[in-house]
Parts: sequence; structure tokens; C-alpha cells
Amino acid sequence: MGMTMAEKIIALAAGKETAKAGDIETVTLDKLMSNDGTTHLTIDMYNKLKNPRIADVNKLVWIVDHNIPADCPKTAASHKKMRDFAKANGIRFYEGEGVCHQVMMENHVCPGDLIFGADSHTCAYGALGAFGTGVGCTDYLYAMVTGQSWLLVPETLRFNLKGKLPEGVYARDLILTIIGRIGANGANYKAMEFGGEGLATLSMSDRISVCNLCVEAGAKTALMEVDDIAMDYLKEHGREPKAIVKADEDAVYSAVYDIDLSEICPIVAKPHFVDNVVPAEESLGVKIDEAFLGSCNNGRIEDLRVGAKIIAGKKVADKVRFLVVPASRSVYLQAAEEGLLKIFIDAGAIVMNPNCSVCWGSCQGVIGEGETLISTGTRNFKGRAGHKDSFVYLASAATVTASAIAGEITTADRV
Amino acid sequence: MSEKFTARIWVLGDDIDTDIIIPTEYLALKTVEDMKPYAFSPLRPELAGQIQPGDMIVAGKNFGCGSSREQAPEIIKALGIRCVIAKSFARIFFRNSINNGLLLIENGELGDVVEEGKLAEVTPGEKVVYEGKEYEIASLPENLMEILRAGGLVKAMRRRNGLDA
Repeated sequence: MGMTMAEKIIALAAGKETAKAGDIETVTLDKLMSNDGTTHLTIDMYNKLKNPRIADVNKLVWIVDHNIPADCPKTAASHKKMRDFAKANGIRFYEGEGVCHQVMMENHVCPGDLIFGADSHTCAYGALGAFGTGVGCTDYLYAMVTGQSWLLVPETLRFNLKGKLPEGVYARDLILTIIGRIGANGANYKAMEFGGEGLATLSMSDRISVCNLCVEAGAKTALMEVDDIAMDYLKEHGREPKAIVKADEDAVYSAVYDIDLSEICPIVAKPHFVDNVVPAEESLGVKIDEAFLGSCNNGRIEDLRVGAKIIAGKKVADKVRFLVVPASRSVYLQAAEEGLLKIFIDAGAIVMNPNCSVCWGSCQGVIGEGETLISTGTRNFKGRAGHKDSFVYLASAATVTASAIAGEITTADRV
Repeated sequence: MSEKFTARIWVLGDDIDTDIIIPTEYLALKTVEDMKPYAFSPLRPELAGQIQPGDMIVAGKNFGCGSSREQAPEIIKALGIRCVIAKSFARIFFRNSINNGLLLIENGELGDVVEEGKLAEVTPGEKVVYEGKEYEIASLPENLMEILRAGGLVKAMRRRNGLDA
């Protein structure tokens, strides 16, 4: 019987010939990412162990991204704990370099890897054909100490992509369409595997955006076939694959979806669920107080180019805050070199250092009671971006930027 | 872990996410005990104060969706919730709960039939009895039961790997 990509990567990590959905396997992790959301808790638990040890320190990557720079003494103390521990134990440590998943994609993820991240959007790594999955700090601690963990081999939903996204339609619109179709738990415990001829029309940035959001359908991981585009990205960043796995033709899927990219349109996810999606056309005119362009989902150079092109020579609407937050230092630098930051600043945007920003409702840009945010962030749960009685709409970089100009939800072709 | 118990029911709906269970702004508080009063506050601000140790939650589908923040199951446990019964659980929350020794029970029917404030009798791995009717529940795989019996993953690891404090 054939295997899916997820089954093959788990088999590799379990040191077996085969793995099949429903089995529980003990796996050796290739990399272990943790950020300042929960690392302080991991350290506290670690220090309570009698004979604590790190199985393989070279596999650990710690990234301060959620609250950088620190916004209060408590956060500063949490960062210090993380920094000191990383230094004392020789753990690879990033601070102020960018949102963890973008930093991982730029510097660490390799095709065929099995990676635990103490963050739910770790599934982004599937853009490079790696099995990334989010875990809590206890699972992280166990893997850090033993080098291993257990995994239930997931069933897989297969998405065959064909065609090409129309002009003005983006990867964000594609993944929101898919989440709307299968629902917020449509892929619960499952892997989402993407392939088909249409994949070649998606850039690496598009692929990261799609895989990153799969957890909002409940997915354990997302996986994309590794092609020339993925290999070029890997080479540019100076890395080699662990293994390039491809799903077998007779792999068993729990469902197969055919997606025609040419049929996708601009989408917004309305409050308070990511699967509460409608065509952006149906949300026109909703007044906004803030717009956010950034996050591990849409803070890459491609997204900033889209936004800058739309806002060049225009102004952010009166009484609207437009936050522009590059996803990493390299994106930030490139945006500066290309003159994009100047365009945003001239237009009245607030440009900030790479971090998670308002996407996780802390750090900066939090919204108040009754306010509305349109965001390229990852979630729109009730209270996610600040006050419990506030509203978050999710959309593409283009729709967010256009809305910042109009002061209400609109699409890029209308501004 | 397999002892029978009776608990008072609190009813919650579908897609109870981790930002509902504990909003980001309270994660900066020092301990789970400090965060406890704010559990479920965006949805039902009064709920954390009403829950008594030994109660249980019955919810709809996709309970615990969202963030990997482990404070979510920790807070539910700290409130004294004996178990959460839901139509389905989001997977990171599921792992985090088992790892913290919080009993989760998947059942497709109970969320539609129970009334808040009433009692149900739970026999883990076997059945739930509500208003005289029995609802069958599945047992967890053995590796997860081992973690639950130990009281969480860290305790199970200590036991297994000689890392006991």
C-alpha cells in the first residue's frame, strides 16, 4: 500500500520502512523550535527535573519574537531567563531577527525534517516539504530532554491544485477559501497535502502563507511537494534536504479535493472564526479603526511589495492606524533597500520592527473596546487582538492595504 | 484514573478557542492561579467564579482550537474541572491536556442533550450516565492512559527515565 508524504516522513523519523495512518510511532525529532510565548515555562519545568539534560543541543532553536522589544518588566524577565538559559547551554538563539516561523524558513527548515515547534503555526514548514507540528511546552520539554516523542500517524487530506490565481488574488484568499470549505476542524488530527500542476504557480511566499494557516482548519501538519521552486529557495539559503519525499500514487487519503486556482476571489474571514469566510465583496463598507500588514502569514517581502504598490502616492485614512511589520530582519532590510518602507511611511503607516505584533493581541497595536481591525494575521478569535468586545477581519495584504486607505473594508481595485 | 465519579455540568458551545479559555493579556500574570479568574472571560466573565472543584464541562466540536498555549488546559485543571467532554478536541489542546493530566472525553451526543447545572456520572473509558441514559465512551490508547495515570507527561517521564525530582 502506498504512503502519503506525512507517513513517509514519520517512517523516516521512526527509523522504519513504513508508517500508516492510525499507528502511534516513536519518532526522533530533527529540530525543536520554541519562542518567548512559552519557553520560560519549559525552562521552569526543566529546572525542576532531578538530572536534566538536553538530548542534542544542536537541534534546538529559540526565538524571541512575540514581545520583542519587551513591553514590561515581566516580559523582560521572561526574555532574560530564555537568553541566559540559551547562552549557558549553547542553544541557537535569535532575538529581534523576526517572527519564529519566518526565521525558521530562512535559516533551518529542510525537506524531510520532522520538527516540533512550541507554536501552533509550525505547520508552515510544509512549504519546504517538512513535517512541522505545533506542541505545548510539556511536549517540547519531553522532546528536548529525550530527543524523541510519540506521534499518531495522521490521515491525510489531499489538495490537487490546478490553474493559476487571477490577478489581484493571493495565497491568503486561497487558504481562507479552503478553510471556509472544510471548516475550522475539517482537518482536525489530519495532514493537509498539496500538489498538482497549480503548485508550480505559487511562490515560496505563497506556499508558506497556505501551509501556515492550515492549523486554522485543525491540521496537524501541512505538506507540499518539493519542486524546483522549493529547491531553489533551499539552495539560495545554503541548505541541503534531509530527504525529498513524494506521495505514492496509490497513497490512501481520507478525502481528495480538486481546487481550481482560477476560481478563487478576494476573501475576508469575519469575526470571530477563521472559517467564517465570505467574498470580500460582501464585506465592503465595514468601518475599520486599524489595519495590520505583517505576521508569519503575510509579512514577507512579496506582501510588502503588494501593499506598497497599492498605497504609493496615497494616504492612510483619517483616524485609522496602519501597522506595517516585516516578518524578519532580512525582509525589513530588503524592504528598506527597495524603498518600500519609505512608501509606507510617506503614506502615514506606522512601520515597526519584526515581531508578532497585534496578531497575537500583545506587544503592540492592541485594539480597544468596540474597535475593528483588518489584518493579515493568523486568527480572528473573539478578543484575539485586544479587548474582548472588538472585531478582527482577516484578509490578504492587498485587501488590508486597500482598506487602510479607504477607512473601511474594500478591495484593491476600488482604491 | 478509571474510578467512577459524578460531576455537575457546565455547558459550552462549538469552537471554544484558547483565547477564550485564557486571553493573551492575562498570560503575563505570574502563575496559573493568578490567571484562573479570567478563564473563559471573553465569553462568560462570571464562569470562572462559579465553577466548583469537581465540576465538568460539556462542549461542542473543536474544543481548544487555536494556540499551543499550555496554560489553557492548566487553567481548566486548576479550576478543579474533573473532565471535559466535547464532540471533538483540537489536537494541540488534546496533547497538552493529556500531558497535564486533564481527562478529555470525546462524545458526539452529550453536547446536544445535557443541561447546565445537572449531574452526570462518568466511568472513564466506559460510559457516561445522564438522566438515566447511558452513553458509551471510548478508552484512550495505552500510551496516553499511562501519561494520565502518572498525572501528566513530566511525571511519566520522571518515572520512566529516572529524572524524578
